[in-house]
Amino acid sequence: MNGPAGQPPPAGAALNGDRPTGASVLVARDLTKHFKVRERGLRGSYGPRRVVHAAEDISLELRAGNVSAVVGESGSGKTTVAQMLAWLVRPTAGEILLDGRRVTRRSLRGYRHRVQIVFQDPFASLNPVHDVRYHLSRPLRIHRRARGRAAVDEAVRALLARVRLEPTEQFVHKMPHELSGGQRQRVAIARALAAGPSVLLADEPVSMLDVSIRLGILNLLGDLRDTEGLAILYVTHDIASARYFADTVSVMYAGRLVESGPAVEVTDRPSHPYTQLLLSAAPDPERAAPVVIKGSGAAPSLVNPPAGCRFHPRCPFVMPVCRTQRPPDVPVGPGHVAACWLRHPDHGSATAHPSAGRPSA
Amino acid sequence: MTASQPAAADPRPEVLEISGLCVEYGEGPQAVRAVIDVDLVLHRGEVVGLAGESGSGKSTLAYGATRLLRPPGVITGGSVLFHPDRDRPELTIDLLDAGIDELRRLRWQELAIVLQSAMNALNPVLTVETQLNDTLAAHLPGSTRASRRERAVELLGLVGINPDRLRSYPHELSGGMKQRVMIAMALALEPQVVIMDEPTTALDVVTQREILEQVIELRDSLGFSVLFITHDLSLLLELADRIAVMYAGRLVETAGARQLFAAPRHPYTAGLLASFPSLHGERHVMTGIPGSPPDLRNPPPGCPFHPRCGFAEPQCRQVMPPLAAPHPLAGDRLVACWLQDGRPDRPGVVARPEPPARPAGRMATGPVQP
Amino acid sequence: MATPYGATPPAADAGELTPVATQSVHLRRHWRRYPFKVILGFGLLAAMVLMAVIGPFVAPYDPTAIGPDVLAAPSAAHLLGTTNTGQDVLSQLLVGARVTLLVGFGAGAVATVLSVIVGISAGYYGGAGGELLSMLTNIFLIIPLLPLLVVLTAFLPGAGSLIVAVVISLTAWAWGARVLRAQTLTLRKSDFVQAARAAGERGWRIILFEILPNELAIVASSFLFTVITAILTDAGLIFLGLGDTSQWSWGAILFWAQNNEALGTGAWWWFVPPGLCIALTGTSLALINFGIDELINPSLRAAGLSRKTSRAMTTGQGLTPVRRAERADLTAASGARR
Repeated sequence: MNGPAGQPPPAGAALNGDRPTGASVLVARDLTKHFKVRERGLRGSYGPRRVVHAAEDISLELRAGNVSAVVGESGSGKTTVAQMLAWLVRPTAGEILLDGRRVTRRSLRGYRHRVQIVFQDPFASLNPVHDVRYHLSRPLRIHRRARGRAAVDEAVRALLARVRLEPTEQFVHKMPHELSGGQRQRVAIARALAAGPSVLLADEPVSMLDVSIRLGILNLLGDLRDTEGLAILYVTHDIASARYFADTVSVMYAGRLVESGPAVEVTDRPSHPYTQLLLSAAPDPERAAPVVIKGSGAAPSLVNPPAGCRFHPRCPFVMPVCRTQRPPDVPVGPGHVAACWLRHPDHGSATAHPSAGRPSA
Repeated sequence: MTASQPAAADPRPEVLEISGLCVEYGEGPQAVRAVIDVDLVLHRGEVVGLAGESGSGKSTLAYGATRLLRPPGVITGGSVLFHPDRDRPELTIDLLDAGIDELRRLRWQELAIVLQSAMNALNPVLTVETQLNDTLAAHLPGSTRASRRERAVELLGLVGINPDRLRSYPHELSGGMKQRVMIAMALALEPQVVIMDEPTTALDVVTQREILEQVIELRDSLGFSVLFITHDLSLLLELADRIAVMYAGRLVETAGARQLFAAPRHPYTAGLLASFPSLHGERHVMTGIPGSPPDLRNPPPGCPFHPRCGFAEPQCRQVMPPLAAPHPLAGDRLVACWLQDGRPDRPGVVARPEPPARPAGRMATGPVQP
Repeated sequence: MATPYGATPPAADAGELTPVATQSVHLRRHWRRYPFKVILGFGLLAAMVLMAVIGPFVAPYDPTAIGPDVLAAPSAAHLLGTTNTGQDVLSQLLVGARVTLLVGFGAGAVATVLSVIVGISAGYYGGAGGELLSMLTNIFLIIPLLPLLVVLTAFLPGAGSLIVAVVISLTAWAWGARVLRAQTLTLRKSDFVQAARAAGERGWRIILFEILPNELAIVASSFLFTVITAILTDAGLIFLGLGDTSQWSWGAILFWAQNNEALGTGAWWWFVPPGLCIALTGTSLALINFGIDELINPSLRAAGLSRKTSRAMTTGQGLTPVRRAERADLTAASGARR
């Protein structure tokens, strides 16, 4: 249920479960990033160069008016994906399509106009020597959305109003150190909006904010999705907030996508053992039974990742095929896929089948 | 509100009793009052969670109570009584009056503290074995190297680390393992009280869960008390026996974990609970709490939460509500809010019925109606 | 979970400003709030600059004019005594201030501009270009300044102070460039620079408007350091007889003093004043530099307290002090204490 345009929806209103799937805007196909490891001494001169397999074969689709969440722990590669989509890091392989067309060096300026990013740390993403007006006016000028002092002033005020920093005159000349964390993040969102994007990449936008103001920011992003039809990528390590905010959730582990599907579906009926592990470990006061953690150990080294399925050293249901062959994406429900041999018709067996879901309240 | 007789007090003896603690930064009229008149009691074997956001004073409380606060921090009032043996009250010490020698004896042997970035407290050029050995040697003067090594192996086993990691350097261990080593060091002398300040914030969710389950297991077997400080209230709801919520330097509510979750009494607690999206059920719009925490240099008059409170009344803007039992009396809980006077027209969200009584302990069993 | 508010919550963020600590420089309003060393530094520098500006006008004598009183100790007629040809030392000092300071600040300014251009570019642009600039910086860093100048002045006819200033500025930029490069490498990774890139900002604009303003403190510090170097090098050169001794400068006074056995004849009033002035100028610049350090690094001052107060606040053993005071407004909470 949405309130009148620009207003937050009334508290308590149920969230629209089946948002109409908008037009596909940004498509990532098999994006891969390998970072070269700095070798010292003789080791670097001989043998193959070592690389960090930060992200491999990531395919995502961002649709207008939809939020896609990418959930993973630190080191899973989720931030690398966001940086590649923002064209701040060049992919080693794979392609990015905006409105169906490949993105090239020459089309970069147009790309930057359509795709913007909000960073995790509100205290680092604003330049401490410039005021709010400067931060907002730069994208306006670069992308020619406003010319002349009066037009820029008006546009800056309008942006501040859109992110609900009111009264706007009060904020126009503030310096970053005079703002609270939540306010800085709103300015960062306004800066991203200043370029007039269709896609907003939010890299852990609320994890460094106080708990009580996180939802305000997420609701603001949700509002922008509803009123402006933005396609939003929400990168986070908090699966509960992904369930709340996103329409689709993709889970990443050790640089690969392991599960993907509608948000409530993936969190209520996780198919991949890693997703199940994540959900069992996440704080959940409404949990019906005591926690049973399935699988332990630590995330693998990305320089020498495990062969086959990268989760196999920790998986409680590991089978011989998991150690040698990388699992394909297996459909496990409408719009829901999991990269797991357990769910594959050729290998999945009744005894090793992961439970259909967590015990729920 | 009336002075109350607690209906269901914890029968276990008290081990740490903080009364009226006041901590300030700086001196004179410009001093910032970071902790204001806080009373907190830790019973033997209990896990008390201290929840709050930035500026709440929760870390200042912990460091002030153990006299670890650096200048310009000053303790300006209150007492911190440590009861090593309830049957021998003559051994009780006020940490705020103790001298350096007494505090040295108490620290680590009776009272251990695990800091936020504790994993960075490990010396990068010494092996784990050396550091454990040094800690033990410092506090157990008569021990032999062999006995200390045995104890080190035992401690690592306690926290689930393979003993052949004794020869590792800190950079060879993951963040989670380093944190476990710090917990092992904290438990080395079998203290009675362990204070943990955001011990798992920098770790991933799975490691966090493993470490915390381990701490609880250790608490069950060794019987120490834990003061667990964090901003993550949802974690405390699963972990703690009792929870104390702080805002702007004051305690605003204390209650058992289940009680707090089922029936919060302070609007800030209710707002905080409503800031954690659920992993179950239908999705509803949640709003968190509008506004931001107050500037501690210029706190608002009366109740510090009133600018953000949806139910503020004129009284709230003028007079600070005292921390007392809510009306009607129920359980061992306290709240600082004018709305808890038992009038029937109070907002429903802070006047829910108390959950059915359960024996003291963690709440991770049985369904709970939110 | 059900929602908490039936009532309309207050407008989000209106007027709720929680100031947050920051790394950027905050200039304090009142001069008295600056540490003493900064005030002292500025005071000394101001005195020297004043001497340079009005010196030629207030000098009691023509510095070159010879007089009857030879090697006279300071007196009412000659406040700083005379040289061995009866020239008034005070007048020489006052007139010489100009050249000394001009060469110093001029060379410092040019060197700083060069260091900014090379250093920040080397840090921001990676790849071949950045590496090349870095190598260039390192080469100039190891070139010894004084020997180079000695060689050059031997070859160049009539080495005036201009030549000296130019050569100093062409070699003294390397140190500042190296520092700026290091700092730029760090800033390049910061989120606000990435945000500027993501917004489509061009490279030169990022360098000039995003990175440079955050490095002003370093630039200022580097400038002051280069000025000290330039003044000392220039004075040293002239003292050795390789500079321009036809113009009056503090170094020239020292040259003539040395040449005419001022030390041997005990004429301290001849060489002490110019030496002291050079030293005080260098000291003043160094003091200002320390002040800049404290300004950009707040941890060097204990959270707004003067050193004395913070020392008084610890018990001396690392324990938090306890100072229980009577507070009337702290009427304890009524009710159970459990």
